[in-house]
Amino acid sequence: MIWQLDLIILAFVIICGAGAIAVKDLLGAGILFGAYSFMMCLLWAIMGAVDVAFTEASVGAGVSTVFFVAAVFRTSRRTKD
Amino acid sequence: MKILALVSILLCGGVLLYVTDYFPVWGDPASPASLHISPHYIQGSLKDTAVPNIVTAVLADYRGYDTMFETSVILAAGIACFFILRVSSNRRPDAKLYRHIPTGITLRIEKGGREPLGSTEFERIDFDWVPYDLIINMTCRLVVPFIQLFALYVIAHGHHSPGGGFQGGVIFGAAIILFAIANNLRQTVQMMSEKISALLSAFGVIVYVGTGAVCLMLGGNFLDYAALSPVLGVDAVHARSLGIFIVEMGVGIAVTAVMVWIYYNLSSAGRQDEGL
Amino acid sequence: MTMDAFTTFVISKYNYWAVVVLIMIGLYAMIAKQNLVKKIIGMNIFQTAIILFYVSSGAKSGGATIPIILNAHGEDGIPVRAMDYINPLPHVLMLTAIVVSVATLGVALSLVLKIYNQYGTLEEDEIRLKIQKEAYKSLH
Repeated sequence: MIWQLDLIILAFVIICGAGAIAVKDLLGAGILFGAYSFMMCLLWAIMGAVDVAFTEASVGAGVSTVFFVAAVFRTSRRTKD
Repeated sequence: MKILALVSILLCGGVLLYVTDYFPVWGDPASPASLHISPHYIQGSLKDTAVPNIVTAVLADYRGYDTMFETSVILAAGIACFFILRVSSNRRPDAKLYRHIPTGITLRIEKGGREPLGSTEFERIDFDWVPYDLIINMTCRLVVPFIQLFALYVIAHGHHSPGGGFQGGVIFGAAIILFAIANNLRQTVQMMSEKISALLSAFGVIVYVGTGAVCLMLGGNFLDYAALSPVLGVDAVHARSLGIFIVEMGVGIAVTAVMVWIYYNLSSAGRQDEGL
Repeated sequence: MTMDAFTTFVISKYNYWAVVVLIMIGLYAMIAKQNLVKKIIGMNIFQTAIILFYVSSGAKSGGATIPIILNAHGEDGIPVRAMDYINPLPHVLMLTAIVVSVATLGVALSLVLKIYNQYGTLEEDEIRLKIQKEAYKSLH
C-alpha cells in the first residue's frame, strides 16, 4: 500500500466523481462514470482486494457504462443542469 | 433546493467526519474487523475445502445462502426490466427503412405499405444506419472468440486465481453485447433469442438451488456439499471443492443470460428491432 | 488541538475523509440535481463509495498479502497464519453489493426509458408540471 499512489488515485476518483455529475452532456457523464469505475478498480487492486477489483472492472467499467450509453441513446442527450 | 441540499450535506458530512475519530487507524492488523471470524475462515479454507482462493471458498461454501439469493436478485432484475419495457412485436412500427443494394437508394415504407420481404436486392436498415466499416467488423470477429474463451477460463479458475462465477459470466455477456454493437441487434437476437436467454437465466438459478436440494436429499444440510461425496466418488473435502465449482457454473450461466437480456431490452426500448 | 492530535485525526485517517467526501458528492447529486440520469449516477457513486469504505476496513499494513493461500499446490502441513493474509470477509460481502448495484442500475434505467416515453422529457420539474396539468385536465 504505497501511500503516494493511493493519494493520487483518490484525488482522481474525487475529480471524476464530481465531474460526472457536473457536465451538461449526458453521454459525457456516462463516460466519466466509466472512468470513475476504473479508478475505483485501481484503488481496490492497490489495497489487495483483487476479486473486488476484477468484478468492478468487468461490471462497472464494462456492462454498466454500456447500459448508460444505451439509455442515453434512447432518450435525450442534453440536460439543463 | 440546492442551498438546502448543500447545507444538509455539510451538516451530515461534518457529523460523519467528527465520528471518524473513533475508527481504527487504516491498515491496523488488530482492528475489530479482522479479529473475530475471519481468522477461522483464513485458516480453515484450505483444510476444509481444498480451495486456495479464500474469497471464493467463503462466497460459495461458508456463505452460500447469500450467493444463492444474490443470483435470484439478478434474475429478478432481468424479469423486472422485461416487464417494464417490453412491447409486443406484433405492433407494427410506424416506418421501416429498406435500402436498395445495387444503387444505394433508401426506401421509407410507412405503416400498411408493402415491404420487399425475401428480396435479395433490398436489405432492412436501422434509422441510425452507418455504412459497413471494415475495421470494426473484422476486429470484433477476431476478438469475440478470445473474450469468450477468457470468460470460461475465469469461471473455471475461480479456485486458484481471482475470478469466479460472476466475473466470468459478466465477461461472457460483454462479449455477446460487443457482437451486438458491431453488427445488427436483429442478427444477435436471431443467434441468441430472448427466449433462450430468459430460460438460461432461470436455469442458472435452478442449478444453484438444485445443488442444495440434492445435498438435502442425500442426507446433509441444505447446501452442505460434503453430502455429495458418495455421488461424486471423492472424499468430503474434494466434494466441497466440486460443489463450489458446480454452483459457480450456475451463477455464471445466470449472470450471462441476464446481462444479455437487459441489454436487449434497454438498447431497443423494448421493441428489439433496432439497437445501438 | 495539538499537532499530534491533528496528525492522528487527519493524516492517518485520510481514507475515511475521502470516503465521506464521495458519499456527500453522491448524496448531493441524488437530492439537488433535476435530471433523472444524474440522480442515478449519484446513486451509483454513493454505492461505490460505501463499498470502498468496507474494503478499506479490511486492509492490513505490514507485509500481509492478497487472500489467496500461497504454496497450495505443493506439500501440506505448512501452517497458515491469519496475520499473513488480509481480511477476506469484506471482499465477499462487497462482491454481492457490486452485483446488486448493477441489477438496480438496469431496473432504474428501464424506469427512466419508460418515463421518457410517457412524458417526453427527463427533467424533474418539467415532469411535475406535466403531471399537474394532466390532473387539472382530468378534474375539469
